[in-house]
Amino acid sequence: MADKQQNTLWLSGNEAIALGAWEAGVRVASGYPGTPSTEIMENLSGYEGVYTEWAPNEKVGLEVAIGASFAGARALATMKHVGLNVAADPLFTSAYTGVRGGLVIITADDPEMHSSQNEQDNRNYAFAAKMPMMEPSDPAEAKAMLQRAYSISEEMDTPVLFRITTRIAHVKGVVPKGERSATAEPTIEKTPAKLVMLPGLAKQRRIAMEERMAKLRALAETLPENRVEPGEGRRGFICAGVAYNYVKEAFPKAPVLKLGLVWPLPEQKIREFAAGLDELVVVEELDPFLELHLKAMGIACHGKDIIPNRGELNSFIVRKALEPASVGNLFTPLELPMRPPNMCAGCPHRGIFYGLSRMKDIFVSGDIGCYTLGFLPPLSAMDACVCMGASVTMAHGMAKALGETGKGKVVAVLGDSTFMHSGITGLLNAVYNGSYASVIILDNRTTAMTGHQPNPASGQSIRGNAAPQLDLEKLCRALGVERVVVVNPHDVESTRKILKEEIESPDLSVIISRAPCVLLPEEVKRKKPVYYTRTENCTGCTLCVNMGCPAISWTPLSPEEAVAKGYRERQKGFAAITEVQCNGCGQCAAVCKFEAITRREEIA
Amino acid sequence: MKPSGNILFSGVGGQGILLASELTAHAQLAAGFDVKKSEVHGMAQRGGSVEAHLRYGMKVYSPLIDPGSADILVAFEILEAARYLPYLHKDSAVVVNTQKILPPSVALGKASYPNDILNELTSRQINVVAIDAFAVAQKVGELRTANVAMVGAMSNFLAVDQEIFLQVIDTTIKEQFREVNKKAFKAGRAAVHA
Repeated sequence: MADKQQNTLWLSGNEAIALGAWEAGVRVASGYPGTPSTEIMENLSGYEGVYTEWAPNEKVGLEVAIGASFAGARALATMKHVGLNVAADPLFTSAYTGVRGGLVIITADDPEMHSSQNEQDNRNYAFAAKMPMMEPSDPAEAKAMLQRAYSISEEMDTPVLFRITTRIAHVKGVVPKGERSATAEPTIEKTPAKLVMLPGLAKQRRIAMEERMAKLRALAETLPENRVEPGEGRRGFICAGVAYNYVKEAFPKAPVLKLGLVWPLPEQKIREFAAGLDELVVVEELDPFLELHLKAMGIACHGKDIIPNRGELNSFIVRKALEPASVGNLFTPLELPMRPPNMCAGCPHRGIFYGLSRMKDIFVSGDIGCYTLGFLPPLSAMDACVCMGASVTMAHGMAKALGETGKGKVVAVLGDSTFMHSGITGLLNAVYNGSYASVIILDNRTTAMTGHQPNPASGQSIRGNAAPQLDLEKLCRALGVERVVVVNPHDVESTRKILKEEIESPDLSVIISRAPCVLLPEEVKRKKPVYYTRTENCTGCTLCVNMGCPAISWTPLSPEEAVAKGYRERQKGFAAITEVQCNGCGQCAAVCKFEAITRREEIA
Repeated sequence: MKPSGNILFSGVGGQGILLASELTAHAQLAAGFDVKKSEVHGMAQRGGSVEAHLRYGMKVYSPLIDPGSADILVAFEILEAARYLPYLHKDSAVVVNTQKILPPSVALGKASYPNDILNELTSRQINVVAIDAFAVAQKVGELRTANVAMVGAMSNFLAVDQEIFLQVIDTTIKEQFREVNKKAFKAGRAAVHA
């Protein structure tokens, strides 16, 4: 909904970027879902005149965007910060080729690791890849700055990195509307000396890159997005991105040099700004990126000596760093039970992790997705998780290190989307090099963690149209896996038996656990049975409770209370299902040996 | 009218916190304020603690409420009210839904749900208004309006006219659910005076 003025919208940073990409005339966009970047591509897919897709991984997505740029189209690649590691190969060399149509690569960093395995600062990629990087401070600026990023890309013949963070991506603000720019029709144009990166040609392009960086440094001096906001006092700030907001709130009257282009830096502008001050403070989240380059210029400044180098900032932290006496005392946090995220009631992954949790001597090599929550108690059935696809390769490496002693004890677990992202080559390697580790593919028909994006195995495109569907069994067999079995994870007892057999087998085997995510819209709508507890039959064995289903809770009892309820005196409590939360998977009923969990008739 | 303020929403994934914060943001926009709102998606959605920060004023820079500066805390669950104590100041108002949702450690019997935890707030002279939003929603005939009832209760602490909220419900909520949500809003608003 717009606010009172008709020409403004209320948008998240990601929605604003999608609109900005459309307004910039982007024709082709590709990406892989990853918090906090996902909604950019989701929203962009709703606009006409722009082709969007979910790629199996970020390297593929960036290469698609590079190809579109080579055809003369404005192109966009989106990913989360760790996705840029996957896409780093095309990233670095695309700085050599440059572009034809404007090319912007969005990296959505996640300081504080709200939904990530690390909090790397991707500004370092701009330095390393010799590529300009822009960084907006809020949704309105993100949309406007994207137009500049495309014009810089085309004028300077370079891809442009565009860094956002969680507090840009998932912040809503007022954003002015604009019009879509007209752009040239894509055509084939051959420029092999620029696009074929053989050593001889790359050496020429390497020189061109240095010339380009010199031009970019000159541009940085005059770019309106690098602006001095004059103020009072002899203490000034240099900042960019979301940190700018915290400085403005904490020290509203202080002079500020706000950088929109965070690489390369406007050296002259920085020197002039610093010269007028007694004290210069660089406020930035994560790495001392600006600070280090300022210090390399010989400019004295405060930075990570007072501002934390991990986690998110806020204006309280900035104020406290500089004027500790100005902040009041806070109420001390109370000691309270934590509330971590949990696998949903009826989640098919639970059946697998329940089975794994019953096999005590195994090492579960995990991966990135909802199922990483299998690590949490009470299932506690994951022993490692590093990055997308690493479950398979780490399990293989462990198997090779352990040799005979590890046989039957090493298993990899990853989701369908993660398998297609970067598990396939690992499986190929495991087959080729004779691994015995088993691989469980949790095929829930979607990319669930990031909010149900379709993938090559779901039979749907980003717009929900029918798409060719990958046959995971056939693919695994084609890679050379001889043992491929499919299980229904809700059938916990048979799943457990098969897991045991396959993991203990001396050969590599793939177990495909197939059941749709309960949060998929068609699953939410489906009529499901509901289970209820006959608490009088409960013996307090806790088998069901230890599946960790949020619909099951435990009521502790004192010996007197137990007796009063008709239980044995030593029964410590009883389990009960909260029926409104039950999604009817039946896994708990299957493990109950005392007929305390019963299925109700189908309900509407 | 208070020229600026910070409203923190907290609760458990699935309680309708995002819609509640959206309605409030739109009401503040309609009242002529600049507004920023910050949410966390992804990992936080799977039944974990969820929060939304809403800041309004003539010009808002930071999307985050600082510790010690939430003027209003709208907590959809008791534990999730207590958890945000460090965000409060002595003049904060806390509107809390009396619902209890057991965190996993409690459901497993490994920890207990703290009793009388709201006393930890009132004993610090914080103004705590507890409402049974589920009961309010049940009365208007739609359990899923508990979140809008909470917005109604919270609206007593804002200088924004009730009509603005009702108009926002008209323009943001699907037609078939509008009337029941307006009822829930009004009932929630009245529940605080009662």
